[in-house]
Amino acid sequence: MHALDPAGGDAGSGTQAGVDTAPPGTKTVLGAAEIRRALTRIAHEILERTDGAADVMLLGIPTRGVPLAHRLADRLSQAEHGLVPAGSLDVTMHRDDLRLRPARTLGHTEVPSAGIDGRIVVLVDDVLYSGRTVRAALDALVDLGRPRAVQLAVLVDRGHRELPIRADYVGKNLPTSQREVVRVLLEETDGQDAVLLSENGGGA
Amino acid sequence: MNRHLISTADLSRDDALLILDTAEELAQLADRPIRKLPTLRGRTVVNLFYEDSTRTRISFEAAAKRLSADVINFSAKGSSVAKGESLKDTALTLEAMGADAVVIRHGASGAPHRLAGWVRGSVVNAGDGAHEHPTQALLDAFTMRRRLGRLEGLRVTIVGDVLHSRVARSNVRLLHTLGAEVMLVAPPTLLPVAVGGWPCEVSYDLDAALPKADVIMMLRVQQERMNAAYFPTVREYSRRYGLDSGRMAQLPEHAIVMHPGPMNRGVEIAADVADSVRSTIVEQVGNGVSVRMAVLYLLLGGSEAQR
Repeated sequence: MHALDPAGGDAGSGTQAGVDTAPPGTKTVLGAAEIRRALTRIAHEILERTDGAADVMLLGIPTRGVPLAHRLADRLSQAEHGLVPAGSLDVTMHRDDLRLRPARTLGHTEVPSAGIDGRIVVLVDDVLYSGRTVRAALDALVDLGRPRAVQLAVLVDRGHRELPIRADYVGKNLPTSQREVVRVLLEETDGQDAVLLSENGGGA
Repeated sequence: MNRHLISTADLSRDDALLILDTAEELAQLADRPIRKLPTLRGRTVVNLFYEDSTRTRISFEAAAKRLSADVINFSAKGSSVAKGESLKDTALTLEAMGADAVVIRHGASGAPHRLAGWVRGSVVNAGDGAHEHPTQALLDAFTMRRRLGRLEGLRVTIVGDVLHSRVARSNVRLLHTLGAEVMLVAPPTLLPVAVGGWPCEVSYDLDAALPKADVIMMLRVQQERMNAAYFPTVREYSRRYGLDSGRMAQLPEHAIVMHPGPMNRGVEIAADVADSVRSTIVEQVGNGVSVRMAVLYLLLGGSEAQR
């Protein structure tokens, strides 16, 4: 979490930040252009699957699901000339692994004023791995209201599910071993767009 | 974060801000259809109250219940304490019942500190003697930050019975940690001897302090502790140190009026001041639940090993 955060990104003015601080053996799986294309494709798939995204609301899971949700919402709004609301849904209080670690800092939950009742809620996250975060998100969602349907969009699906959960929209299927670490960097949070795959996490 | 919350002096600036930020997120819960989170399911919180208290006990109870913890209320009246059981024996009983956290209010300063040495769970001080009341100070800071947008550089004037007030003591320390400037205003008889060593200014003149205050916090005149004639008459106190509408008009436009409750209307605060839009007294109660949820979550929400 902290290894790649502010220092490198700011000092290198974004250009080489990922490469500078990443441990050797890190490779870039998706670059900025590929992320852009993947999101555009997901946006179009959402439009197809939901008949023009009329009742769609996007909820990003902090940290990096939130900017992804907003980017998708922008694309949907442009394509359909209607405003598709986007927000964030923090799942910390619903996680099943809280007792394994010190108390975590909470993320921000911001549900658009329209509310989720009767809507098609698309949850957005950066990486789909064990599926436990998504399970927590489903629980968190139930406490907020009753959506008509819930779908899941992820930028990267790296496999190794521990729960019966699958994504409806996937930017890239990335076969990984469990020893590898997938990191998603986004302009909004990290100063650049990239998906990095590294062996055994290096410093993380 | 420490394992216990006993004094605001134990809180670093980062700890305090973490509690306030967490409370800010948890405050959203009040607007939701389902005001409950599953986070502390299966954990037990004991409210151990040796002194009467309505709002603090209810507030802690609501906070624990909203986080799905089991709550056991234990008040000294009508319990084994009335039969002469010592604090330590009570603590060992609670320990045997598997309390993950003990929220204690006690008439003796230092009781929570002693308790922390006897039980395995976390101890939260809900007011001990004239010592500290840390969650009250946290909710006061939270209310100030919500209303005025910041704490750094805020000028907070605390007026009244500082001598007997654990709220004042906790607030001075916490607000100092968070970068606010605190001034205490009280008659000399109601200031502790050691007040010179506190990180705050002291004044005897309320009217001079009013125009500079961003926040004015009125303390309750604790009539149950007024057995030593600290001031000639209640009326004289009220004239010199009570907040009425005339004095409120001397405050800057944006200033807010706070009171930890319960109020003595007409003594330290006039009824129309207490009910004005600048008064945050009711808001403070609501914020208390959010802040106490944050404290319980941060103390109990993580791994056992860390605690």
